[in-house]
Amino acid sequence: MTTINTQHLRYYPQKPSEVYLYGTCLVDSFFPNSGIDAITFLEKQGIKVHYPQGQTCCGQPAYNSGYKEEAKAVALAQVAQFPLDIPIVIISGSCGGMMRHHYPELLDDVPEIQAFCDRIFEFTEFLVQVLNIQLTDNGQSEKVALHTSCAARREMGVHITGGKLIKQLKNVELITHENESECCGFGGTFSVKHGDISAAMVNDKSNNLDKAGVVRYVSADWGCMMNINGALEYQKKSLRGEHIASYLLKRTQAQGAS
Amino acid sequence: MSAHQVTPNESKYAASARNFRNNVARDLNNAELRENFHGAMHYLRDKRSAAFPQQDELETLREQCKLIKQRCLAKLPYLLEQLEENLTSNGIKVHWAESTSQANDIIATLIEEKSGSQVVKGKSMVSEETALNDFLEQRNIECLESDMGEYIVQLAKEHPSHIIMPAIHQNKKQVADLFKQNISDFSYTTDVDELINVGRNILRDKFCQADVGVTGVNFAVAETGTLCLVENEGNGQMCTTVPPLHIAITGIEKVVEMLDDVPPLLSLLTRSATGQIMSTYFNMISHPRQIGEKDGAQEVHLVLLDNGRSQAFADEELRQTLQCIRCGACMNHCPVYTRIGGHAYGTVYPGPIGQIVSPHMLGLEPTKDLPTASSLCGACGEVCPVKIPIPKLLLRLRQESVKKQDGNSQVMKGEGVGRSNIEAMVWKAWAGVHRHSSIYNFSMWWLTRLRKLMPSKLGVWTSVRTAPKPAAKTLHERVKKHQSSGAK
Repeated sequence: MTTINTQHLRYYPQKPSEVYLYGTCLVDSFFPNSGIDAITFLEKQGIKVHYPQGQTCCGQPAYNSGYKEEAKAVALAQVAQFPLDIPIVIISGSCGGMMRHHYPELLDDVPEIQAFCDRIFEFTEFLVQVLNIQLTDNGQSEKVALHTSCAARREMGVHITGGKLIKQLKNVELITHENESECCGFGGTFSVKHGDISAAMVNDKSNNLDKAGVVRYVSADWGCMMNINGALEYQKKSLRGEHIASYLLKRTQAQGAS
Repeated sequence: MSAHQVTPNESKYAASARNFRNNVARDLNNAELRENFHGAMHYLRDKRSAAFPQQDELETLREQCKLIKQRCLAKLPYLLEQLEENLTSNGIKVHWAESTSQANDIIATLIEEKSGSQVVKGKSMVSEETALNDFLEQRNIECLESDMGEYIVQLAKEHPSHIIMPAIHQNKKQVADLFKQNISDFSYTTDVDELINVGRNILRDKFCQADVGVTGVNFAVAETGTLCLVENEGNGQMCTTVPPLHIAITGIEKVVEMLDDVPPLLSLLTRSATGQIMSTYFNMISHPRQIGEKDGAQEVHLVLLDNGRSQAFADEELRQTLQCIRCGACMNHCPVYTRIGGHAYGTVYPGPIGQIVSPHMLGLEPTKDLPTASSLCGACGEVCPVKIPIPKLLLRLRQESVKKQDGNSQVMKGEGVGRSNIEAMVWKAWAGVHRHSSIYNFSMWWLTRLRKLMPSKLGVWTSVRTAPKPAAKTLHERVKKHQSSGAK
């Protein structure tokens, strides 16, 4: 079900010549390939990508645990890393939701914080809404599923854009899985604080994805995928998730290219 | 099911909420219960979805109803006085109860003044809040639930597991077995219509015998002094028109300013709750039976309960909790509720709304596990008909729960109870690392170099998942190399 939410209506700029990439802490130390793939993909669109070496984490883990001051200290350190007035492309809906929708309140004493938040774009949102990208699919025909994170879906309102990108790939069939809009059960510290509930949720989500009869699923959020892939691997299933940046890069590369 | 049996004392919900983690473990492992909730919640989601074919209309109506409730809450003290004034001039007596025990005392006294001994009750979650049935039983007053779901729950000596569908945790076979155990001349059937008829025949006699009808209220209209009651079984109408004494009980947040506020709220309530365009019955009670009228109670009373609501009211953000019109859509769409069911919460109100309202009723101490029992997926906030930002309020309650006590003004009873020195230190250290990129980069460099030492068991995480492995090099390092080699 699609919900039209006025909070998601926003102004999209013209295609920029430069952007920042926000890699997120999870990608930094666990899944850096996705970060490199996102940068490579953007560069192929003729965009110069800045990756500030001072970036760390958006502050969400502390914020969601109720430790607002600690979250604020970390959030402030992030804002300082992105001085140029160019878009900040973020390869996670969840961290994007934090920076776009929670920073205004968390950093309400920072002058012009809204202007910073207005520069935050989730990766798939940026490709569709700002670049108006047209993809050329060079891959084999296959079926994939899409997992959109809850933050992308409900906070950022960008669950549509992931699907739009996959549908542009002419050899890829996008398969809907059961309870597609339901949470995978990650929720950051929730998966630890209420591990048994989280376990029940991720077991259902991984089963539903597995039943969809796809060779892979894609997502723009490594938080969800670390959770779901971990469950699939534990269950000794072959299905795995792949970050949409890596998937799009692979599908659009000319055949024979590495 | 004996775990849900009630013991008549004021803090029974506090005790069961405190037991949340054990309740969850118990109910997650009950396959039949999981299946009952899974089936019912998906049914209700589909019904709601079908009742809102036009997204634009839904969003317009949600915005309108949010504004109605916010306007009424902004004027709450004034509207409550106006409500009392107009009800009184209509001949309906108003009583104020700050606590659940005060509410019970008021109701018992009213019944005893009329020498009443038999009560029929329409569905009322506020009377569950006060544990009225237990209280009246102690005073030797029989109180029979007349809503079919509530009747089943009462027969099973349980609590409602859902605010709209009290017996949704039971399937038809379980209900048939329950009837077999408790109803002497019951001829066994699992046919839903036949089961309902069995209950109805028993209730029909009780309506005629009862001295008192007790019901809840969905909307109390200040402008006209009218009590509105939404129901589907006609039992609410029976409770309010047949017995000579009608006592309504509700929370103070149910007041609306004017009659014009009711239609949009009603339209959203029934569609959000059960997917009905309109409930089967909608009762409006404006006065006791008047001369020449053939039915209606001769005496009508309204008990207005606070029970922690004014604590929520006092804080502008937390006040949004009181916008709730009790449709239950948040539970129907909640992935946590769908899996653990309504009883696990241990509170009167389960699910997302229960997680944000119960801490005001019981304090944060017994309910401290509730605000964290959410992945903050946002499904509740997305469907809430009055746009309560439930995930945001859960976050706020988490903040209140771990707040450092400085002796200054208190926002909530029990604030700070969730704070542990160890957790506070961990987050302080975490912030120390993540606010200084040099320390962060140094830490991540070591994390990736020591990846082989990463344990394969990570507590509860690896009970159903494998442990994630750090990469060989961080993105920070990889980007440096990528940039120095020149982009392809």
